[in-house]
Amino acid sequence: MITAAAQEREHYLNASYGLKSWLLTKDHKRIGLLYLATITLFFFIGGAFATLIRVELLTPQGDLVSSETYNKLFTMHGVMMIFFFLIPSIPAVLGNFFLPMMIGARDLAFPKLNLLSWYLLVVGGLFSLYAMLAGGVDTGWTFYTPYSTTYSNGYVIATALGIFIAGFSSILTGLNFIVTIHRMRAPGMTWFRMPLFVWAHYATSLIQVLGTPVLAVTIVLLFLERVFHLGIFDPARGGDPVLFQHLFWFYSHPAVYIMVLPSMGVVSEIISTFSRKAIFGYRIVAFSSVAIAVLGFLVWGHHLFVSGQSLYAGMVFSFLSYFVAIPSAIKVFNWTATLYKGSISFQTPMLYALGFIGLFTIGGLTGLFVAALGIDIHVTDTYFVVAHFHYIMVGGALMGYLGGMHFWWPKMTGRMYPEGWAKLSALVIFLGFNLTFFPQFILGYLGMPRRYHVYPPEFQVLNVLSTAGASVLAVGYMIPMIYFIWSLRYGKEAPANPWGATGLEWQTSSPPPVHNFEETPVVTHGAYDYASLMAEEAEVG
Amino acid sequence: MADHAPTETLALRVQFDTEAQQKDAATLGMWLFLITEIMFFGGMFAVYTVYRSWYPDVFAIASSSLNEIIGALNTGVLLLSSFTMVLAVRAGQLGQQKAIVMFLILTLLFGGVFLGVKAYEWNQKFEEHHIPGQAAFHLDGVLPGDQGHAQLFFSIYFAMTGLHALHMVIGVGILLILIVQARKGRFSASYYTPVDVAGLYWHFVDIIWIFLFPLLYLIDRHLVK
Amino acid sequence: MSHPPEQTHIDSVGTYVKILLALLVATAVTTAVSRVDLGAFSTVVALGIACVKMLLVALFFMHLRHSTKLTRLVVLGGLLWLAILLLLTLTDFATRGILGVPGK
Repeated sequence: MITAAAQEREHYLNASYGLKSWLLTKDHKRIGLLYLATITLFFFIGGAFATLIRVELLTPQGDLVSSETYNKLFTMHGVMMIFFFLIPSIPAVLGNFFLPMMIGARDLAFPKLNLLSWYLLVVGGLFSLYAMLAGGVDTGWTFYTPYSTTYSNGYVIATALGIFIAGFSSILTGLNFIVTIHRMRAPGMTWFRMPLFVWAHYATSLIQVLGTPVLAVTIVLLFLERVFHLGIFDPARGGDPVLFQHLFWFYSHPAVYIMVLPSMGVVSEIISTFSRKAIFGYRIVAFSSVAIAVLGFLVWGHHLFVSGQSLYAGMVFSFLSYFVAIPSAIKVFNWTATLYKGSISFQTPMLYALGFIGLFTIGGLTGLFVAALGIDIHVTDTYFVVAHFHYIMVGGALMGYLGGMHFWWPKMTGRMYPEGWAKLSALVIFLGFNLTFFPQFILGYLGMPRRYHVYPPEFQVLNVLSTAGASVLAVGYMIPMIYFIWSLRYGKEAPANPWGATGLEWQTSSPPPVHNFEETPVVTHGAYDYASLMAEEAEVG
Repeated sequence: MADHAPTETLALRVQFDTEAQQKDAATLGMWLFLITEIMFFGGMFAVYTVYRSWYPDVFAIASSSLNEIIGALNTGVLLLSSFTMVLAVRAGQLGQQKAIVMFLILTLLFGGVFLGVKAYEWNQKFEEHHIPGQAAFHLDGVLPGDQGHAQLFFSIYFAMTGLHALHMVIGVGILLILIVQARKGRFSASYYTPVDVAGLYWHFVDIIWIFLFPLLYLIDRHLVK
Repeated sequence: MSHPPEQTHIDSVGTYVKILLALLVATAVTTAVSRVDLGAFSTVVALGIACVKMLLVALFFMHLRHSTKLTRLVVLGGLLWLAILLLLTLTDFATRGILGVPGK
């Protein structure tokens, strides 16, 4: 895996060998790779559930699985993908690896806590996986009461316990990032010289710290209700199941911003690098990340429009939901303005970043549709909503993750991936994704409910298109798996700065040394100083 | 090579540049953890707020079934434990190793008394058939149609005081570890951070109780004599 | 830079004793006052006294009065977020049926 030249130089991968040196590491870079292996496994498990769902939906009848099994499939798909793949993904892999480097630090503030965070994700994931293998859970990833507390016979507690444990992984990561950003920036690294990737992770960490504990206590209440029959959500005793929904979505709405904000940070880095231009409106984009984090906490009731929530609350939450779209739109405008008159090249990371902008815009705009009370009455709990959130989570967040993986792969591994195959799979993913999910907007509008394994025959054509898209998408995800692993041994050796990017992580070798920098850097200019960089290149060249 | 200290000490780990930076990072980290605890308990305070606003009269009657004198005295015990805890931190600031141990032990004892009294109170509830979810549940002074609402009060009572007690038990565990370390001379005026941040945790758990006491024990006691 | 100033404030034992006494007195007061009929104000007074006790513990026992601005901002943030949770949840539970639309 290590080239001859790299082997002479000591770096974080060859500084020590053996299982213990990985399982007991305090190095944020190694921990990032541990997370990479873990979340990739969980991604493929979640993908397997999705495959079964889409295969069942090829026909209007429920002929592949029973309805009970189908309920378990979509529940476990959601649980795996959200809690064990998307929430950790970028922060735990790319954030852990690059946040300290980007601010000129030697590591995070609390390296041992960082390692603990990884173990918590693994243990939590294993609990939930055990529940899935032992018989599964069928409540939906949302665990609504009273079904989850009283009537479901599935492995509710085990799955919820796994999520609870993984939640602490998320909280501790956020805590670690916040302290690191506040207290460990290198000399000259002021707040407004930090890369936007760091700002995005700061905002994400705020959400992780303020929101996840409410999910944790909600799971505790669910546990107490199910095991001790306390009655907090029991209508027969004056309790209200809608209270569960409020508490659940207080976290779970901000959680979607945990999933998408880091991707936006990645996109900012990629757009500026492959336009050779500073991000247009740097400060506005930085503030918009924080604004998304804050406003994201004020809108959760839009998940409860038809639940029995008061109409007054519905109006309040609908009104507030329109505001949260604004900072996201600002980012899209600023990225576009960055591209204008930029020196653009279309390497793979750029393809993913551009894909993100387009698909996230569609997902975000359809969010405005469902934020309107009147429209939501019609499309709630239909495939319209399913399409909306997959455009953001898969078309947005996951594309950003893949773009980031390609962008920083040379730095992490010292190897280049094969550009031809990478461009091809980006295209396959883009096409497969749209074929999978665009028909679902139409299906939802026409009235096909979500979470149903049977449907009226007139919906079959659109479902078949969607499943066809899913198979293309699956191929698209397999190809990078193969060539990334291939590149570890056969990929071209990567220079320190293959993309000519600004940013402290590119000033050190590929792969980086154990303590990141030979000497603590002193920062004298802003994050995207391509003007100076190109002036230097002009002088030398 | 890298310009950091070649060896690590307790007070200066390799990722930090100065001892002050490390201490401040630890303190900030603990405060951030405490606000996660604010939100964690906050979910239960939200449940309390909703149901107390819906069923104020039943909640008042249910609240009066708790012994507020015992509750007040137990609150005093917990406040005393916070007092001894801050004196332990102060001993750390002054590097008084024996005093650190003594005050940590006192804190532990007061915490233990608090938990013992809570166990007694919970047992009282069991004997009076005030355990929600049980068939034998009955609260005097409340109509049959409202017994369910009374169960809600006790559900909240057990959930919140139980979660609080769990945090106390964890705190006791932390104190035990600190006492062992303090007796081995691990802390000094230049490094007493674990005592400091453990103190922050202990005081926070005390603050939770400062709110639980009036919210659970003192609801409209003038109504029920 | 990102390195904060060192803290050297060491409070006297006497200060802590005074705060403890204030806390114990406040506990006795809140218990006694609960028996007085203050109508809707009972809750306000009880929470007010609890807030005063919280401030005493936070400022003196937790050394918040000697802490950095960032620490105090963190605490305020936490309390603000608790308020958001409680108040926005109440926009539902305190308004069921007030608009006169059937079922809402």
